[in-house]
Amino acid sequence: MSSKFLLEKVGMRTFGAFQSRSATARGGVEKFFSRKIFVTGEPKPFQTIMLNIHAKLNTKIFDTDVEQVPIRKGFGEGLVIAGEKNKQVVGLCADLTESTQMHFFKQQFPERFIEIGVAEQNLASVASGMAAMGKIPFISSYAMFSPGRNWEQIRTTICYNDVPVKIAGSHAGVSVGPDGGTHQAIEDIALTRIIPNMVVISPCDAIEAKKATILAAETKTPVYIRLSREKTPLITTSETPFEIGKAQIFYESKNPQVTIIATGALVHKALLAATSLEAEGIGSIVVNLATIKPLDSETILSAIAKTNNVVTVEEHQIAGGLGSAIAEFLSQHKPVPQEFVGVRDLFGQSGTQNELIEHYNLGDRSIAESAKKVITRTHS
Amino acid sequence: MNSLTDTKIQELELQANAIRQSIIEMLLEAKSGHTAGPLGMADVFTLLFFHILSHDPKNPTLDSRDRFVLSNGHICPVLYATMAHSGYFPVEELKTLRKFGSRLQGHPHREFLPSLENSSGPLGSGLSQAVGMALADRIDNGRSSSKYFYCAMGDGELNEGQNWEAIMLAGKEKLHNLVAIVDRNNIQIDGFTEDVMPLDSLKAKWESFNWHVIECGGHDFRALDEAISQAKAVFERPSVIIAHTIPGKGVKEFERMYEWHGKAPNKEEADMALKELRTLGGKIMSEHQ
Repeated sequence: MSSKFLLEKVGMRTFGAFQSRSATARGGVEKFFSRKIFVTGEPKPFQTIMLNIHAKLNTKIFDTDVEQVPIRKGFGEGLVIAGEKNKQVVGLCADLTESTQMHFFKQQFPERFIEIGVAEQNLASVASGMAAMGKIPFISSYAMFSPGRNWEQIRTTICYNDVPVKIAGSHAGVSVGPDGGTHQAIEDIALTRIIPNMVVISPCDAIEAKKATILAAETKTPVYIRLSREKTPLITTSETPFEIGKAQIFYESKNPQVTIIATGALVHKALLAATSLEAEGIGSIVVNLATIKPLDSETILSAIAKTNNVVTVEEHQIAGGLGSAIAEFLSQHKPVPQEFVGVRDLFGQSGTQNELIEHYNLGDRSIAESAKKVITRTHS
Repeated sequence: MNSLTDTKIQELELQANAIRQSIIEMLLEAKSGHTAGPLGMADVFTLLFFHILSHDPKNPTLDSRDRFVLSNGHICPVLYATMAHSGYFPVEELKTLRKFGSRLQGHPHREFLPSLENSSGPLGSGLSQAVGMALADRIDNGRSSSKYFYCAMGDGELNEGQNWEAIMLAGKEKLHNLVAIVDRNNIQIDGFTEDVMPLDSLKAKWESFNWHVIECGGHDFRALDEAISQAKAVFERPSVIIAHTIPGKGVKEFERMYEWHGKAPNKEEADMALKELRTLGGKIMSEHQ
């Protein structure tokens, strides 16, 4: 029997059996299912994978031929839908329309698209003015330039004014690759989450980015949506629930020893790390923290309560990012040992996506190592 | 808009004088703030709020209103005083300027005072916001919109590159119902504008970005009114009025002194200034009107 067949069989049965989150809570029904897969290229071992059935994740997550789509593409597609749903949605871009995938919106709604030129400061404040007139502006550029170059305009003319401008920062993280360090934004989570009124979302794949974009258009606050350039495995499906402000447990072993909280494209690496830990007999919980601000304190605390430790994973400077946000929160509510997977006060550089992820110790092996380290600290 | 009669001009002069007195009183009470710019722009603000703007101070969220954006937020004493005198809120409230809990923040904050169109203070972003408003209006109402978008800005803040990004965009988009008004008072914090960072020829600069440029005296109601009429009539491009003003206008001791850009008068200086304003510069004998 092929692994694929087994998976589908298990998946169909479990999806049908447990539909709602509340049923799990009330009845204490097992909400994770296990499946056995071959580790690619090796005759053994069979592995137990504890994915959350309620997350309705892509059944091919761990297959070598898993479909890969740039996260930014989800933004582009979501913006068209947001535009269809609400005619007040407008798009503004700073000379990177196709690169940030806003060209789909431009094609669909040319009268609602404004080309600002290479002028990110103006981009932010023009959007502020449009929002003051009742529009829901989405602005897009590379994260390095927006919110990088135009931070004060975002802070004062968008967040201080508290107008619903949505900032899409593409090409975030070192995985931008060959363009080099100038274009690799690894400071943008810090820059945005520090501003009052701002909501910060970092989707884990293109499908989640699409949902985040559609929902961002419906909120009354400024929102930053962090996007990456390179192709990223599809982790979620259109069925996967998504809510701004809600973290999700994607993976949970029967006896978890470590909680891994990851965001963005590295969520897939965190899941890979969980499977390799599982193979070594180390159980874990993987939380997809798509909304970095506001934090889903309930989900975080419930996961941490089971392991008493945490590894945070992000394609961002350790200073000020997701890990910092978690540390700020846990140190006040549930102090536990924490290990940080992130960029350690360095700039990016040219290379391939994989070379850079490995060089900056952001890959699944680094995550697994950090997990073991934090487990040791938990019990010492 | 009615043309300006001599009677109306006299009314506006008295109104501007009252606004200047309020500016001095509120700065004295606040013990900090900017003096020169607000006094210099009192005539422009008076004309706008009492003659030009289509607005209803009792219904500040009226959708059909013209939008007035202040870019150089540090001159907010003149904005607050003009708003109070035109009926947006009680004149008495002016004395809360810069105090804890006041709606009149040291630099304007829209969340504290919702009838403001924008928050401002960090220089160079007001025009961008006005451009955004005009663009949004064009999407909704087309090029025949009856709304006008005014942006008051300082000359010193034209050092900020963002202004030129906004000027470029407005020129490209031919936003004819956008009117920028530059307070050409030739001073900024570190000195005279032409010493700090030369702006001349300001007219040529704006023109080269496809704007219609009108220069006029910033204390001459009739000239200002004509300039705005002309700006409103130009359909091919946005307009800018370079209003030549005297910083500190109305109080001889403050006029043209860049030292007065960023400080408030003490009691003695305020008394002197108020006396000068109440006697219309010595034209009338009594301080009691």
